[in-house]
Amino acid sequence: MTNKPIAAAAVSLLALGLALGVTPAAAARMDATIGMQLEPPNLDPTGGAAAAIDEVVYANVFEGLTRFGADGSILPALAKSWEISDDGLTYTFMLNEGVKFHDGTDFDAEDVKFSLDRARADDSTNAQKALFADIASVDVVDPATVKVTLSKPNGSFLFNMAWGDAVIVAPESAADNAAKPVGTGPFKLNEWVKGDRVELGRYDGYWGTPVKLDKVTFKFISDPTAAFAAMMADDIDAYPTFPAPENLVQFESDPRFEVIIGSSEGETILAMNNKQAPLDNVKVRQAVAHAIDRQAIIDGAMFGYGTPIGTHFAPHNPAYVDLTAQSAYDPEKSKALLAEAGVSDLTLSLKLPPPSYARRGGEIIAAQLRDVGIETEITNVEWAQWLDDVFKAKNFDLTIVSHTEPMDIGIYGRDDYYFQYGDADFKAIMADLDKATDPAKRTELMQAAQKKIADDYVNGYLFQLARTGVSNAKLKGIWPNSPTQANDMTGVYWED
Amino acid sequence: MTAYLLRRFLSLSLSLVAASLVIFLVMEVVPGDPASFMMGINADPQAVAALRTQLGLDEPLPLRYLGWVAGLLQGDFGVSYTYRVPVSELIAERVMISLPLTLYALALSTLIAFPAGILAASRRNSAADLSVMGATQLGVAIPNFWFAMILVLVFAINLRWFSAGGFPGWDAGFWPAIKALTLPAIALALPQASILARVMRSSLIDTLNEDFMRTARAKGLSRGQALRRHALRNALIPVLTIIGLQFSFLLAGGIIIENVFYLPGLGRLAFQAITQRDLIVVRSVVILLVFAVIVVTFLVDLAYALADPRLRRRRT
Repeated sequence: MTNKPIAAAAVSLLALGLALGVTPAAAARMDATIGMQLEPPNLDPTGGAAAAIDEVVYANVFEGLTRFGADGSILPALAKSWEISDDGLTYTFMLNEGVKFHDGTDFDAEDVKFSLDRARADDSTNAQKALFADIASVDVVDPATVKVTLSKPNGSFLFNMAWGDAVIVAPESAADNAAKPVGTGPFKLNEWVKGDRVELGRYDGYWGTPVKLDKVTFKFISDPTAAFAAMMADDIDAYPTFPAPENLVQFESDPRFEVIIGSSEGETILAMNNKQAPLDNVKVRQAVAHAIDRQAIIDGAMFGYGTPIGTHFAPHNPAYVDLTAQSAYDPEKSKALLAEAGVSDLTLSLKLPPPSYARRGGEIIAAQLRDVGIETEITNVEWAQWLDDVFKAKNFDLTIVSHTEPMDIGIYGRDDYYFQYGDADFKAIMADLDKATDPAKRTELMQAAQKKIADDYVNGYLFQLARTGVSNAKLKGIWPNSPTQANDMTGVYWED
Repeated sequence: MTAYLLRRFLSLSLSLVAASLVIFLVMEVVPGDPASFMMGINADPQAVAALRTQLGLDEPLPLRYLGWVAGLLQGDFGVSYTYRVPVSELIAERVMISLPLTLYALALSTLIAFPAGILAASRRNSAADLSVMGATQLGVAIPNFWFAMILVLVFAINLRWFSAGGFPGWDAGFWPAIKALTLPAIALALPQASILARVMRSSLIDTLNEDFMRTARAKGLSRGQALRRHALRNALIPVLTIIGLQFSFLLAGGIIIENVFYLPGLGRLAFQAITQRDLIVVRSVVILLVFAVIVVTFLVDLAYALADPRLRRRRT
């Protein structure tokens, strides 16, 4: 007797499996499921630094005055155009009209004023508050025009306004955006099953070009093996930042999939504690830099994906200078420099956060340093521990981190930043850059800044992190590069 | 009986209080600050400080402990630092996966282990016994996550009978939800079933050697009748203990399987919360698991009393 219900259940399971396995071959699919490694802690891009927040909501749910294009250019978004005064202090934004938030409320200049004032307020919890530091006032001219006055010229102001941290939110809903995001984007939140997925649905009241998908599901699969299985079983359609580069070969050999290799904004560096003896000596830092064989790290830790860098700047940026030769792999020179500095029997601590670029790269670097006579003590740390011990307490000699914010060379001018550079000449270059609005002048200054930190051997510059992803071969329009941490789904569609 | 239960109840409550203190203190000692984790490495120090104040992390330690316990007693677990939603809501969602998964796995494990153990014990040293012993030896030795990956490879990637993981939610209907839990439950159940079958077998063999079994046979009961009426019940105590332990283990220890099948269960919630230093969630999940273990221990104590009338009469 007891066998019957079990048998019945087994049969119905089987039938269900068959039913699910057969997909109707009718019209083009209107939904896509995207895999992501980390779940966003909340969905408010103005209240947290987690990359996963922007990876779900940027351009999909929330929009700013300006936005990043796929190639990293700055495009109009909620502001259809703008005028900049001759002294570079006043930005007048002409806003798109007829824009509505997902809750049906109208978007106008008041919302812009509210959002910018909120981000720069004293009690603001915006993780990138520095983006708004130069704003002196925000004035509503009329519902479709807003005037932003800066306290000093800032050549990167339009760039700053394109960040996910600078999106426009509504006063009615801003406080609840963490769990119930309300933006002006082409997708609205359908459901967030915590720990599993976020479902976005097309917003019919969208003001701009309509999107091609009805539904986008972001599914959170942290384990690389599970992510591989999910792709293989067609449970997910794309995984734009695939966590295990070693599996990409298998995807490449399968015609169902397309492997997407692009660049990211992640400068991966061997950071050095510039105030800790003997690393306060530029010769010792130079010796460390020459001891590193970048290609060996890219091949050994990243399976060949990554571009060598010689300074803290993205190689795909037009203003990039290739300075890799200045710190080329040269163990003999490294030994000579150490002897010159009078350093022998050197043991340095090397603290490694969880990502594989750090854990795998760290072991290779340790071996390379040993070849020139520098011993390392490797400690594996969690991110929270890294933030406490390395970032805040500066209790380290060496560490490996990828700095994923776009255009973040400015961190070298911060006095209390973890690698403790804060050089006065560098700060002067940054101050000039802030004031410059002429593109040629800006390029010149950005190049000067890149050279300055390379000359001072502030950190060991390893490689630009590649963005390695995989998608169903029929799913088109996924950004290959990530000019900002985003999965812009607005142009994604199914072929056929 | 009542005194016995009262005493058990009291000692278990005391364990709960001690556990809450230990959990709280351990969480405080762990390095890492939830606010700086959330704000990242590019953040303005002033904004981090503002967030700390907003999250109530500036209050003194004893005050936060008392606040937490007082909240717990009223069923208020607080608000998650990172998700910004009530912790009770988060936990409730996750329990709806972890608890059914645990029960499913436990049911499978018991359904496999009982017949296998009884068969092996009653036909000792037969071919059936040897194959059960061999199979369970293998079952104990195989790590469940490896077995889980093999299941995914065979049933999800090659045969396409199941998804490779994930959970559609109970809203999607009973069968789809059960289907999503089937592979994980099998992966969890098999090693447990192997252990349970071995315990069942040895416990039953011990009982079968008792004098009262010979008496039962002597008064004319067949082997099967004697086994069912007298041996099984007496052999049940160690088996119940193992089932109780397995329940706690499965509820808290499903984390690896939850990762392989990317199921949003309690284990993954705890794991995620630890890496993000969402201490308030970690504390609440751990105290809940402690509570579950204590309740199960208490229920197993009760079950002993049901299985063995002598325990009911004893005035210890």
